[in-house]
Amino acid sequence: MADLRRQFCTFFLDDRFFGVDVEKVQEVIRYQIITPVPLAPPVVRGLINLRGQIVTAIDLRRLLQVEDTLADRLPINIVFQTWQGIFSLLVDRIGDVLEVDQSCFEHPPDTLEGIARELIQGAYKLQGRLLLLLNVEKLFSPAILNRQRRTASH
Amino acid sequence: MDEIIKEFLTESLEGLDQLDTKFVALEQNPNDRDTLASIFRTVHTIKGTCGFLGFGHLEKLTHAGENLLSLLRDGKLSFNQDMASALLAMLDAVRTMLTEVERTEGDGEESYAGLIETLHLLKEVGVAKSAPPVTPFLLAPAPPLEPEPVVPPAATNLSSDPAPEPFLTTLTALPESAPQPEPATKSTVSREPAPTPPERPAAPPASSPAGSPAIAESSIRVDVPLLDKLMNLVGELVLARNQILEYTLLQENPPLQAASQRLNLITSELQEGIMRTRMQPINNIWAKFPRVVRDLAVSCGKQVRVDMEGKETELDKSLIEAMKDPLTHLVRNAVDHGVELPASRRSAGKPEEGCLLMRAYHEGGQVHIEISDDGAGINPVKLRNKALEKGLITPERAAAMSDQDLRRLIFLAGFSTAEKITNISGRGVGMDVVKTNIEKIGGVIDLESELGRGSTFKIRIPLTLAIVPALIITSGGERFAIPQVNLLELIRINEEQRGAAIEYVHSNPVYRLRGKLLPIVHINRELELTPGRSNAVNIVVLQAGQHQFGLVVDQINDTQEIVVKPLDKVLQDVPVFAGATIMGDGRVALILDVLGVAQQARILNDSHDHNVAAQQHEARDRAGERQTLLLVRSPGNGRLAIPLAPVSRLEEFPSDQVESAGEVDVIQYRGQILPLVRLQDILSERRTLDRLAHDEAEVSASNLLQVIVFGDGIRRVGLAVDEIIDIVQDIFEIKGRSTRNGVAGTLVIQGRVTELFDVQGFLRQVAPLLTLAEEA
Repeated sequence: MADLRRQFCTFFLDDRFFGVDVEKVQEVIRYQIITPVPLAPPVVRGLINLRGQIVTAIDLRRLLQVEDTLADRLPINIVFQTWQGIFSLLVDRIGDVLEVDQSCFEHPPDTLEGIARELIQGAYKLQGRLLLLLNVEKLFSPAILNRQRRTASH
Repeated sequence: MDEIIKEFLTESLEGLDQLDTKFVALEQNPNDRDTLASIFRTVHTIKGTCGFLGFGHLEKLTHAGENLLSLLRDGKLSFNQDMASALLAMLDAVRTMLTEVERTEGDGEESYAGLIETLHLLKEVGVAKSAPPVTPFLLAPAPPLEPEPVVPPAATNLSSDPAPEPFLTTLTALPESAPQPEPATKSTVSREPAPTPPERPAAPPASSPAGSPAIAESSIRVDVPLLDKLMNLVGELVLARNQILEYTLLQENPPLQAASQRLNLITSELQEGIMRTRMQPINNIWAKFPRVVRDLAVSCGKQVRVDMEGKETELDKSLIEAMKDPLTHLVRNAVDHGVELPASRRSAGKPEEGCLLMRAYHEGGQVHIEISDDGAGINPVKLRNKALEKGLITPERAAAMSDQDLRRLIFLAGFSTAEKITNISGRGVGMDVVKTNIEKIGGVIDLESELGRGSTFKIRIPLTLAIVPALIITSGGERFAIPQVNLLELIRINEEQRGAAIEYVHSNPVYRLRGKLLPIVHINRELELTPGRSNAVNIVVLQAGQHQFGLVVDQINDTQEIVVKPLDKVLQDVPVFAGATIMGDGRVALILDVLGVAQQARILNDSHDHNVAAQQHEARDRAGERQTLLLVRSPGNGRLAIPLAPVSRLEEFPSDQVESAGEVDVIQYRGQILPLVRLQDILSERRTLDRLAHDEAEVSASNLLQVIVFGDGIRRVGLAVDEIIDIVQDIFEIKGRSTRNGVAGTLVIQGRVTELFDVQGFLRQVAPLLTLAEEA
């Protein structure tokens, strides 16, 4: 392999530690006013204005089916440029950009279920904690975002 | 002037300007083949186009020049002074003729026979022996330069503005719906003795004998991406303007307010101007259809007349481009499949000549395009049978579908009713592509058809993808924009009257608007918003297609120019929004799609649209979506693919954990009893004896069992397989039919023939086991 170390933009949901390929991230911005979209899938928190561009904000908690926080802290926007378009991912806290050795990667355990199994590509075994790698392209695919709507409406 | 002629002129004049330079270069370096080739190409293009447009003289002259140039290019002749002179004389003559074309739409009466002769001679001899044949023609272009009294075909044009005006007038002067364009007529017309000219003494050609004629000066070519960029910038400017206006309203600062007023006006004008640069009449794409239809009709042995209404209807350039292919397809379809052969038309009591009507008009801020034929119509039964045969719909669903729903099946992917593939349609581009292309630009397509009477395809596309005036309302604490084109009036009912104002027909609220009952829709209810407090009732009366309804909102704010920004794909399934925009305060507001709201509120009675759309989504999912498949080794050492979607988990159990409950193998799994089915019991046997022995040995050797768990949490079933090979993700196409039970078909994965597991069949088969698990 050409480069064994990859850089990840890391962030948190509670104490869950996630990472995405740093090159997919356009920018990280503080909380923006979100305009909710009625009737939209629940993972879509709404729309934000990013310098004149309208960006769909996706709630990672709802996507991974982690219970909502009591809103004492405003979420952070991580803005992604993907093949699907431009998206903002709402997370609790932003972490550092980490350079991680590819050798400490492991595929997710078989016990990982449902949508998380599709979105979490695997874990990097870091000192003291696991960095969960998210599949960015899949994260924002209409199939994934709309799936939540179906399960939610039942 | 005809758009096509205008384009020809612009192109040719540009080409000619370059030719001058190239000839000079050639004289310096006579053997430069590249230059010769490029000169040849330019002349060739001019010749080709003017032949097509019916400029006979021009064609003959350029043809002679082209012949000579082709020999030069191929190195059969060598370039010399005489040739240069003759060719340059030809250029001048061409230019003169083009001037004439611009002025009269004919190429003049001068045939330049002498110059043509010289060019021929040069070609024959290689070198014109004597100077005399050449020189006279260098002077030849002179006569046509005189402002010849020729009237443009649009004789009504009295304007003295030479440049943009002719374009407009000749558009209307085009022969109304000529069934077959006859390019030749144009040249014959201009060759007729010309009557007196209108009051236009300042003949443009005279003023520019050496330079390019006026048309080249009055129009320039601009890259569409540049226009797109300008359009975007204007959109941003409008938003910034809105912000400034909002801000200045709060300030007691007259100079600032004056400046912002000016900014307001200028922005509006700029916006309109930029938008106009992008608007084009739909005739730009329609113009070729009479010819297309004629050729097609001839080759099918049919007679078809084309009628056009509203060809001057303008729409955005990018939309025009995007509509080209879908419209061509629809027109071809109508001729190929719609209109019948003359004999059967006669026996059906219709005139032998079929009629194809193309209509375009603006309505409700959209462009409507209709393509109708008076042919055989679309037979819903035929479509149903076809769809069933292709497995696009299930028999149950087919039985529940109305005729209109059945007709809409032709928009399904993978549907083509042409029994044989003709060279016209049925080339793999189906109606589903037409529909997709139209939807891509925010349009919709629908059809109406009556057996024996014909079919009409109705297309609605947005006028432009840009800036629209809108009414801003507030409801549930959020602002929404309603495009003004849908807006009829605003009603405000005071607190005292509110109780009596809204009445109920059964349980549906209505309002008496000037004696008529207007259905009432509460936006808060439709959009599941928390209503804000308001004392009065605000009703926005809206027009949705043929229907009117009143939308009750919390508050009416004001009107604004908004820039429509598209919503992400995820949100495009939400039918009530047409897009979003950025408000003066920088926040995002959603734009209501009035038709969508009406549908949501069931004001419109065609919920079919949704059904059909849903079915199409399903079909597309099946046909084209990426699928994830699990590859396992099937008994008999074959490969079997199992769709991953219904699989909930993959597990591994030691084989000694398998217990039995009655006749069923089970395993304890997460506090439940998981019924276990072995793959070889599902697939009908196909093992040869020696393989059987081999398999038995292998299964007993490995004491780990690979189990694929299907189910939804409560009701599960495990499928035990020998080995999981891989997980693959791609778009798969079933290549072969099922050969045995438990298999849905065969496909090729990773270069190997693989059977596709019939999951539905399997789940049906094991359904009794599932209840067993549930009871346990």
